[in-house]
Amino acid sequence: MTDTIVIAEIVKGAVHPTTAELITAAHALGSQPVVVVPCADASVADGAAQFSGAARVLAAKSDVFSNYDAAGWASALDAVVPAGVIITSASPQSKDLAARLAARRGVSVVQDVVQIEGGNLTSPIYSGKAMQTVSLSGNAVVSVRPNVFEAAGNDGSNDVSVVDTTGNIATAVQEFMARASTRIDVAEANIIISGGRGMGSPANFTHLEAIADTLGAAVGASRAAVDTWDEIPHSMQVGQTGKTVNPNLYIAVGISGAIQHLAGMRSSKYIVAINKDADAPIFQHADYGIVATWEEALPVLQSTLSTMMA
Amino acid sequence: MANIIVLVKQVPDTNARIVLSGDRVDLSAVKKVMSPYDEFAVETALQHRESSGGEVTAITVGGSGADKVLKDAKAIGVDHIIRIDCEAQIDSNALQSILASVISNLGAEVVYCGKSAADTGAGSTGPGLAERLGWASVSNTTSVTFGDQLSVVTPSSGGNARINVPLPAVISCDKGDIKARKPNVKGIMQAKKAQVDVRSVDVPASTVSVVAHSMPPAKPAGKSYQGGAAAAEVAQLLRDEANVI
Repeated sequence: MTDTIVIAEIVKGAVHPTTAELITAAHALGSQPVVVVPCADASVADGAAQFSGAARVLAAKSDVFSNYDAAGWASALDAVVPAGVIITSASPQSKDLAARLAARRGVSVVQDVVQIEGGNLTSPIYSGKAMQTVSLSGNAVVSVRPNVFEAAGNDGSNDVSVVDTTGNIATAVQEFMARASTRIDVAEANIIISGGRGMGSPANFTHLEAIADTLGAAVGASRAAVDTWDEIPHSMQVGQTGKTVNPNLYIAVGISGAIQHLAGMRSSKYIVAINKDADAPIFQHADYGIVATWEEALPVLQSTLSTMMA
Repeated sequence: MANIIVLVKQVPDTNARIVLSGDRVDLSAVKKVMSPYDEFAVETALQHRESSGGEVTAITVGGSGADKVLKDAKAIGVDHIIRIDCEAQIDSNALQSILASVISNLGAEVVYCGKSAADTGAGSTGPGLAERLGWASVSNTTSVTFGDQLSVVTPSSGGNARINVPLPAVISCDKGDIKARKPNVKGIMQAKKAQVDVRSVDVPASTVSVVAHSMPPAKPAGKSYQGGAAAAEVAQLLRDEANVI
């Protein structure tokens, strides 16, 4: 049986619910994982005590974990994480950590896993145009795409033990620059509404923003929109040269569905497409496709959602 | 004077259709290009040279077919090109090991690479190489300012963080706001004549092996509607059927 270790996903100093999905992935690899929580304050690990299916919870406590530094986190975790297959989230930060931790242990890393079957791991390659299945001989670090595996339950009562650790921080944060907009970032959102060049002008993105505010969603954009309009920043871009996202719901408005855009969002759980061109490739990937102009569809969507969410 | 390294990788054109032959992808008919994020790494390396003086060495791992990506880098403006000779499919541990074995002897103070390669999308090489070299690393940077230390900008929860990075370091570059320069005629002529410095290395055994490639599972056909009024029904289905709002 493979020993497994889950590194809890830490977002804004707390255990993120995605961690429960990593526990399910560990079971698929064959064992109840030890859940290691990197934290500066051991009480953070209480956020993992309720997960079902964990062997135990280990709070790895160190000031190193106050801010993210790849070298510091990898060394401080390496010192206390038991031997076995280590599982992290495939968020950008945790993929970075996974790679650094694997190198520290002299093992390989398998990123963006979306399926585990019979010990084999499957990840998308070529931006999701194909899948690659690999086998492991020996230990490895594995990052798992969020929103793919079922979350383990919340009716556990795990013992939380605390172990002090330390590591070598290599970099220093100079400043944090809060996003100018208070709206949630596409990389962190459960719901995203994105606009493409079909929106006609950047000013029309206000219609997307209104719906985003109703849903607590992020606003994204296609590369065509970002390249065409200076007002639409690259930080909003979803796609191969932007951000890869897999929210629960992705609403694509005026986006044709170029392969470069699909690469960034095709693994979203549900996709709604609104486009006036019935032949737009995006419709082949949509769970709900509406052939209409955004001018026709968005007001209806907005008013229905406002009523529903009220 | 800075000794700067940039890692480049040849990948299938990102607009190419990927097809299978048996249970492996068949790339024989696909055009190969420099991985898009590597273009930003090359640009950042050249800007570093322009800021501090010094030389830029582009390195790739592959068979002789990979020389083209080095020539492309040369045409854009790097000074030296090195190919670590290894045609085999290897795992991240083997790849980072051979990169570290070559780079540790080059006296470099910084390595730039793309945030991920467009084929695997893994993004493991930069941070993994840094760990093997014992260097600092920051991934997914959108801006780099040069000096005795680097000052980089990278996404952080709720915004961005500006981070001081002591050298030596490995920086993996996202697109950011810089424009990657294109080769000019003089560069292309020089690249034609340039010699690739080919290095042979011992390649450690891989512990991750490819079992099969496959096409992504086909999505069942969705529901389609005509006209904007249908948005009301779709909104209701998102709650009642999909349970996502």
